[in-house]
Amino acid sequence: MSDAADTSVLRARGLRKEYGKGQGLVRALDGVDLDIGAGETVAVMGPSGCGKSTLLHLLGGLDRPSGGEVSLNGRRIDDIGEKALARMRRTAVGFVFQAFHLMQELTAIENVELSALLAGRSPRAARRRAEELLEQVGLADRARFLPSALSGGQRQRVAIARALSNEPLLVLADEPTGNLDSAATLDVLRLFEGLHESGQTLVIVTHDARIAATADRMISMRDGAFVDETRLTGGTTGQLGALVGLAD
Amino acid sequence: MGRILLVGRLAVRDLRRRRTEAALLLLAIMAATTTLTLALVLRDAASDPYQSTREAANGPDVVASVSPHPSTLTADPADLVIDQPAKLSGLEELASAPGVIGHSGPYPVTSAELQASGRTSDVQAVGRDAAPASVDQPKLTQGSWVSDGGVVVEAAFANTLDVRVGDPVTLDGRSFEVVGVAVTAAMPPYPAASCIFPCMSGAPPGDLTDAELPQGLLRNPGLVWLTQADARSLAPDPESLAYVVNLKLADPDAAQAFVDANSAERPDAPGLTSSENILEDATELARDAQILLSIGAWLLGLLAVASLSVLVGGRMADQTRRVGLLKAVGGTPSLVAAVLLAEYVLVAIVAAAAGLAIGSLTAPLLTESGAGLIGSAGTPSMTMSTVGLVTAVALGVAVVATVVPAVRAARSSTVDALADSPRPPRRTGWLIAISARLPVPLLLALRVAARRPRRVVLAVVSTAITISGIFVALVLNAFLTAEPLVNGYNGAQVDLLRQVILVVMGILLCLAAVNAIFITWATVVDNRHSSALARALGATPREVSAALAAAQVLPALVGAVLGAFPGGFALFAAIIAITGGDSDRATLPSLWQRLAVVLATVLVVAALTAVPARLGGRRPVTETLQAELA
Repeated sequence: MSDAADTSVLRARGLRKEYGKGQGLVRALDGVDLDIGAGETVAVMGPSGCGKSTLLHLLGGLDRPSGGEVSLNGRRIDDIGEKALARMRRTAVGFVFQAFHLMQELTAIENVELSALLAGRSPRAARRRAEELLEQVGLADRARFLPSALSGGQRQRVAIARALSNEPLLVLADEPTGNLDSAATLDVLRLFEGLHESGQTLVIVTHDARIAATADRMISMRDGAFVDETRLTGGTTGQLGALVGLAD
Repeated sequence: MGRILLVGRLAVRDLRRRRTEAALLLLAIMAATTTLTLALVLRDAASDPYQSTREAANGPDVVASVSPHPSTLTADPADLVIDQPAKLSGLEELASAPGVIGHSGPYPVTSAELQASGRTSDVQAVGRDAAPASVDQPKLTQGSWVSDGGVVVEAAFANTLDVRVGDPVTLDGRSFEVVGVAVTAAMPPYPAASCIFPCMSGAPPGDLTDAELPQGLLRNPGLVWLTQADARSLAPDPESLAYVVNLKLADPDAAQAFVDANSAERPDAPGLTSSENILEDATELARDAQILLSIGAWLLGLLAVASLSVLVGGRMADQTRRVGLLKAVGGTPSLVAAVLLAEYVLVAIVAAAAGLAIGSLTAPLLTESGAGLIGSAGTPSMTMSTVGLVTAVALGVAVVATVVPAVRAARSSTVDALADSPRPPRRTGWLIAISARLPVPLLLALRVAARRPRRVVLAVVSTAITISGIFVALVLNAFLTAEPLVNGYNGAQVDLLRQVILVVMGILLCLAAVNAIFITWATVVDNRHSSALARALGATPREVSAALAAAQVLPALVGAVLGAFPGGFALFAAIIAITGGDSDRATLPSLWQRLAVVLATVLVVAALTAVPARLGGRRPVTETLQAELA
């Protein structure tokens, strides 16, 4: 167990997720314990189908566990109602998906402000925050572009800006560079590096060792369980591209 | 040949794979084809009872009558003075005119006021011989023929007054006993009876009040038969009697030509009515029912197009990958379009056949002869033009709804189709901007609606058509309820017309309800990704469900307002224009009635969409989002 247990933002105990019944029972997640401290970046690695994404969905309240507990900022989220879970997601969690999941009919800035509007912010405040975030991810000049007019990397940067819209406690990224080329991957990594430096708590699911190497801690998964946990000294700051071998 | 076989085989297999959808498609088109068939066959079917009555009563080809008349005609009917007795010589000349092979009469006719069962009505009382006549011998349906002190009442009139054999009645205060009830082919059934004396059916024309009508004018007179002696004794004086003669012609088909050749514009000239005119008046009810059914059929046809467009749009979205596969294995765009069109054309042909069968079998139920005629309508004959029109409408509905999505699918990129890429949503910038200022359910609802404007238009049109139909049904119901007799219908006829309105409205409402559910479900399926994403970003299931429902209710509200206000008026005006009716006689629904219809529509649509919207709002988020990676 990590030292983060004492000051954990996110805590999971005996987390299980099962699909099917009887002979067809599949254990996607099998008794996982996890503590993530404030400002910590944790990478979860493993082959396809090992339960990484399932873990992320349970941690973010997108899905419900078959057993075990999940607490966010000291509050259990595995046994609360759908409405409370939705409120938790809109204020405390930001998601970044491999497939970006942007609304095709909304411009970049409209996509970013959507989370804030759903959280009940005024249209003006939501728009101001979206402009700041697009500036931060280097897409201020693409604010009025539809996703179809953006490159993959740009789309993922919009998705990251959207995830940060409500200043969440925790950002959960599911294979955020899975659909990107090397240059776009580097852009996204730089963004995560910035977030890490600013004290944002991050959980990144990836099967790419180079991405995982940028985290404070790397957890390896297999068959729904943690099989290894490594604390990476030095973290992700400085010369990231060189470190992970993505720089020119 | 091989190509046609391939297209047919692919179409049939796909239909079998999606049986529920195919059944719904079939029902939607069948509702329209059945109603259209009913409308088309009704007219032919309605004439059968009149023909039966004509045969049973040895009906005349021409009826001629003379009545007391003014010496001169005046421009204002109120100024007419009836001062000349009926001129019998005119009738005698007609009875011996060329082409006439038989006649009965002249019979004396007097007008009187009949009282029975506490009701009062004007009547034309015809004096008849106790012996049967060779031409126009009314066919008794109850009791016996005329005798001294005994009156025979025309069947539809008796039915309306609720009098039976043995009941006492008074004629101008004199007591008689009802000895029989009979039908005749010499006059249309009550209340459409021909006028031997000056009379009128229905309400006074224009702004005329009862007091302004000419003195002695009979209102909706019924028909009774007495002995000649009783008829003459009822008349205040012999000069007030009218006379009627029934003529049989050598060529019955020349009846109208005979009437045209022997009519004259003189006050003392006999009035002539051909059997064709009588048939037309006797079957007026069927014509009215036919008009109602025709309007209903067109409304249902339009709704069927809306249903199909939504269903086809949804199915095309599901078939993207199939289209890709067809094209990848060498199918040309025209082959792909042909396969997609063939499915709906097959369904349309089956729906046309079923509609023709059901329509022709159920038509007799709507052509009951009523009390005024005998015999039943029987099985109406199916003409080639009916078959052709119904089939053309069914195919038209299918093609109109299918051709755009089929051509769009055929032209789509093979690679995109193989990847099963969903059709990109439309962007409506101003609506997105407005929605940002609204609460979350409305914010999401407006964006859901903005993604598919064509579907919104279909929902608006579908609701507007239904509400326009309800508007017209309310007008007709008020018309039939107000004063049915004044409006030219007896109780049984009112019931029949109400039945027709009910049938059309029932089918219309069912189809509209199915449409609302189709459109909601198509919206739910189409928005599964954006709904899941909204939930991932913090929208609650209830907010998403409310948004999906509101996306249907908002177009329904617009459609209901359009239908209850301009749409209903426009449809009613169109009906009046087609039928040549008098819109002043109709009572339009009041403002509160129309507002109640709008409110009820919103509530019904909200109820109908609640279940699919709730299911859509509660779909597992992760499954939906993960599906995009698969």
